Amino acid sequence: MSSVKQNIKKITKMRLFFPIFCMILVLLINLIKSSAFFKVAVNNGVLYGRLIDIINRGSEIAILAVGQTLVVAVSAGTDISVGSVMSLAACGCCTMLAGYGVNSATSLAMPMIAGMIGGILLGGLCGAFNGVLVANLKIQPMVATLILYTAARAVGLVLCNNQITYIRYEPYKYLGNFIPGVPIPTAIFITAAVIAVITIFLRKTSLGLYIQSVGVNARASNISGINSKLICFVCYLICGLCAGIAGIVASSRIYSADSNNIGLNFELDSILAVALGGNSLAGGKFSMAGSIIGAYTIQAITTTLLAMGVSTDQAPVVKAIIVILIVAIQAPALRAWMEGRAARKLAAEKAAGQAHAGKEAV
Amino acid sequence: MERKKSLKGSMNGNTVLIFITVALFIAMYAAGCIIYSDKGFSHFQTFLNLLITNAGLICVTCGMTIVMLTGGIDISVGSLIAMDCMILSFGMSMKGLPCIPLIIFVLVIGLVFGLVQGFLVGYLQIQPFIVTMSGLFFARGMTAVICTKQISITKKDSPLFYSWANAKINLPAFLGYKNSRGKTLVPFIRPTVIIALIVVVLVFIMLKYTKFGRTLYAVGGNEVSASMMGLNVKRTKLMAYVMSSFLCSIGAICYCLNTMSGSVQQALGFEMNAIASSVIGGTLLTGGVGNVIGSLFGVFINGTIRTLVTTNGKLLSSWANIATAALLCFFIVLQSIFAYVKDRRKA
Amino acid sequence: MEENVLISMRDITKTFPGVTALDHAELTLRKGEIHALMGENGAGKSTIIKCLTGVYERDAGEISMDGVEGNIFNHSTQDAQKIGIATVYQEVNLCPNLSIAENLFIGREPRKKSGMIDWKTMRRKAQQIMDDLKISVNVSNVLENCSLAIQQMVAIARAVDMNCRLLILDEPTSSLDDNEVAKLFALMRSLKEKGVGILFVTHFLDQVYEVCDRITVMRNGKFVGEYPIADLPRVKLVAAMLGKDLDDLSSIKPEGGKTSGSDVVVEAENLSHKGTIKPFDFKIHKGEVVGLTGLLGSGRSEMVRCIFGADKAQTGTLKMHGKELKANAPIDSIKAGMGFLPDDRKLDGCIGDLSVRENIILALQARQGMFHTLPKSKQNELADKYIDMLQIKTASRETPLKQLSGGNQQKVILARWLCTGPDFLILDEPTRGIDIGTKTEFQKLVLKFASEGMSVVFISSEIEEMLRTCSRMCVMRDGAKVGEIEGDMTQESVMSAIAGGDAK
Repeated sequence: MSSVKQNIKKITKMRLFFPIFCMILVLLINLIKSSAFFKVAVNNGVLYGRLIDIINRGSEIAILAVGQTLVVAVSAGTDISVGSVMSLAACGCCTMLAGYGVNSATSLAMPMIAGMIGGILLGGLCGAFNGVLVANLKIQPMVATLILYTAARAVGLVLCNNQITYIRYEPYKYLGNFIPGVPIPTAIFITAAVIAVITIFLRKTSLGLYIQSVGVNARASNISGINSKLICFVCYLICGLCAGIAGIVASSRIYSADSNNIGLNFELDSILAVALGGNSLAGGKFSMAGSIIGAYTIQAITTTLLAMGVSTDQAPVVKAIIVILIVAIQAPALRAWMEGRAARKLAAEKAAGQAHAGKEAV
Repeated sequence: MERKKSLKGSMNGNTVLIFITVALFIAMYAAGCIIYSDKGFSHFQTFLNLLITNAGLICVTCGMTIVMLTGGIDISVGSLIAMDCMILSFGMSMKGLPCIPLIIFVLVIGLVFGLVQGFLVGYLQIQPFIVTMSGLFFARGMTAVICTKQISITKKDSPLFYSWANAKINLPAFLGYKNSRGKTLVPFIRPTVIIALIVVVLVFIMLKYTKFGRTLYAVGGNEVSASMMGLNVKRTKLMAYVMSSFLCSIGAICYCLNTMSGSVQQALGFEMNAIASSVIGGTLLTGGVGNVIGSLFGVFINGTIRTLVTTNGKLLSSWANIATAALLCFFIVLQSIFAYVKDRRKA
Repeated sequence: MEENVLISMRDITKTFPGVTALDHAELTLRKGEIHALMGENGAGKSTIIKCLTGVYERDAGEISMDGVEGNIFNHSTQDAQKIGIATVYQEVNLCPNLSIAENLFIGREPRKKSGMIDWKTMRRKAQQIMDDLKISVNVSNVLENCSLAIQQMVAIARAVDMNCRLLILDEPTSSLDDNEVAKLFALMRSLKEKGVGILFVTHFLDQVYEVCDRITVMRNGKFVGEYPIADLPRVKLVAAMLGKDLDDLSSIKPEGGKTSGSDVVVEAENLSHKGTIKPFDFKIHKGEVVGLTGLLGSGRSEMVRCIFGADKAQTGTLKMHGKELKANAPIDSIKAGMGFLPDDRKLDGCIGDLSVRENIILALQARQGMFHTLPKSKQNELADKYIDMLQIKTASRETPLKQLSGGNQQKVILARWLCTGPDFLILDEPTRGIDIGTKTEFQKLVLKFASEGMSVVFISSEIEEMLRTCSRMCVMRDGAKVGEIEGDMTQESVMSAIAGGDAK
């Protein structure tokens, strides 16, 4: 094999090849369409531009992707409740801050930080619920998280007394928009913080090792002394907390709790981010960096589609096709079929060669 | 003696679940009659309204039961309903197309949708959840692609469709009651109810009396064994998803006759209702166990919860969703416990 | 073909990447005969059956069957069924959610004129079939509510009703009690009288001698011999199965034979686990190497799993260093100083996608706890130490474990346990699938650890290997510990103990 081919092979085998390749592809498409894509300007003291927009708006997906990566890695399942949990966390936070039944609040019933933490903890509670169902009761992750997929949003509506609760209190908007005097959108800081905390936790403790171990072979992990059930539970808990944080950020953007719309379709985006990140949906080893890159790639895709005139309601069509393509290519059945074809071809060639040789011998 | 026809032998924990379902329905309905007797809950029409409102859900749940028998799941049904309703509404209202070709088109869409999903699950062996989740987002996205506004079907758009939607089939008058003004109100049902009941009967016959129906149960019971016994597992799974989407389209037509509209937000979370109805009706999530009669009662319970909430008037409609989800959770946990007990007994 | 021969298999060869599963194996099955197929792990029993029943495609060899033209090639179980070969596995391959009658007829249900399934006829026919075979049961019962014995008989009944000529029974008696075994044997004898050929695969010696007419023994993929039951006393059978291996490393001898007087490290009293191992007592002293011997399936692995806590003990007490140890999960045993190398390394040992280093330090890390992560430098140091000590062939310590050969994977798993510095180490078939040179190293290592004070339990199918390392042997048979041998042990004495019964 020539050295060029060897190098190409080496690069494609790199862990982060797939997500980076997808990201570059999307950026190129954008660049071709409009050269102004990479322009970054400063307006009114804040950074402005299509690129900044992507990194800003992709924050929720990135935060969700962090939790979703762990869930996929440890249990080969997906948490489809994350969008609804976002909504519940947002509703919980706003109701606590505004007081029950209050539609629009200009002053807060409790310190802002308390309300926000309350919302995040609500997310954690949902994650714990999912964790118990999956880890202890051994219910399939898909089915278990399906319960909160409906219930969480409905509970959120009830908390907000079936109306959109507005928090017209300036500092509340800082989280999802800008802190006065800081040109970078706050959401980017929050995302960076979440990623940093999780990454440090995974590296400094053995949790990352345990998660991968359990995801690859739970039985062998158990014999080696790891408590597989506990590790699985913790992953779902973290996913719930991430959904809570993402919900608060989303709520802060629109300084309200719109139960029906917050987090809508975000579960698809988070799963897509994990898949685009080169992570196998069958669990095991994972790459957090890949998922993060995947998350921003998804956001870039959404923004690109929007620029092409495809609304957020219509974008799921494209995303659904992408998911199916990725999963179909990963499918072992497809690989087996292709290998079978190659083997049959080889056998046919051999037989033809033998027949030919036989004919020649005669 | 093992020879005696033992009730215990032919029963198992799952038959117990069906008894729980029927008992639960009777209990709920009776409670409603007692608590809301002043609001006319105990009239026969209340039960008939249950059938009318949930005709679409009945069809969809039958399809969901079929898929769940094979151990799979189809969460795209709600979005498929939205897409079908939008096709009907958009076609009749915006494009002035006649309703019968549109109905046929919707049924064909159902078949194609099911074929694609069935192929991905049966032949490429991708997890049903991922496949149908993609189907969910695809269909909902397509609904928005067709039209982002809410469309209503009026009498002018399609007189035929309108007449079907408002047709009343009267039942014997002695089942009726006299209202406050002394007029006898005759109980009635609508054509959608007939469609739904026919679907239930046909699916029941298929599941019990055809080879395909029994193959569904075998595949759900033990896929490896079924394959070794010579059954075509892949094709069975494909057909299951085709049926689910096809029945879902029939259900969509009933649903559209009820709502006479199409919108992007329509039938959001509907799949939960179908799954809940199936599970509450005794269908095991792991596959191999279930029947449409149980699922029918599951729909009744679902509908009763909703009716109880609306009759109350003071509760938010979201409570119906919460109650359904809670009941679903309860039954899932119950199934899990039964499975655990069975495993321990075996060991 | 010779009179009365049903199936003749000759020169069957089958290789998988890196391993020869069958090497010119042969098998002859006759009508109306119950034939036992015996051999240890890796002998090739299940492979040759799978070649016959269409699960595998053989590489070479001839299969001929009475009444069927030419060389038979079965490409699927359906093909095999068509010519009358049916298999009943230990995990009964029927549908547990369907009734007995349905299981008998699925795929070929009797139909009414309208095309709908005729349930009444199906039930009647099913009841007839079961009555004919003298199995007393109601065919409307759901299969999973019936005992495993009944389930197996339903599977056999289905095969018989589909006109099978050869019935293969794969480990049918492992989960049956004595009563049920007797019923199964009665059924087998009645089928035998009808002229059906039966291939009985089992590891229960007593049962083989009770019901079989002939035995074929395989070892290492090769055919060892075919014997009428009367001509093969038990000891000879065991010798044929275990055989004499190629090594002649008799220079290695266990040192310091007697260890009486030194402390008891682990003491188990009346420990048992339902369904796997009957109540047993076990004691091991410091620096002692104890072997567990017996045929595959005799309960060796089950006993040590019970001691370690991988299968939670349901009765009895376990003491380590004199203190009672309640092992609710492996971590408890690990913290107390136990280590366990399981026999199924693929299922219980290898974490394939993790690197060699991660696999080696895993148990040690688990013992330290999640928050006390071993520093990377220490991990590298430990990994290098064991790669060197055990001569593990790997590109680097970061190579994923699944890329290593089977033998090297085994070494890595061993390293994982050595890393924890256990006082009591259980090695279940540690040298299976490992080359001869490394086997010797392992044995030397075991003796070295013992001399340094570690107590070791050594399980192996190769008696010679254990004789070289163990000072005492526990003998297992049919799921229970039946005895102990000490002092002067020889191959013959051990094989006698294993064979048991009327050892002629």
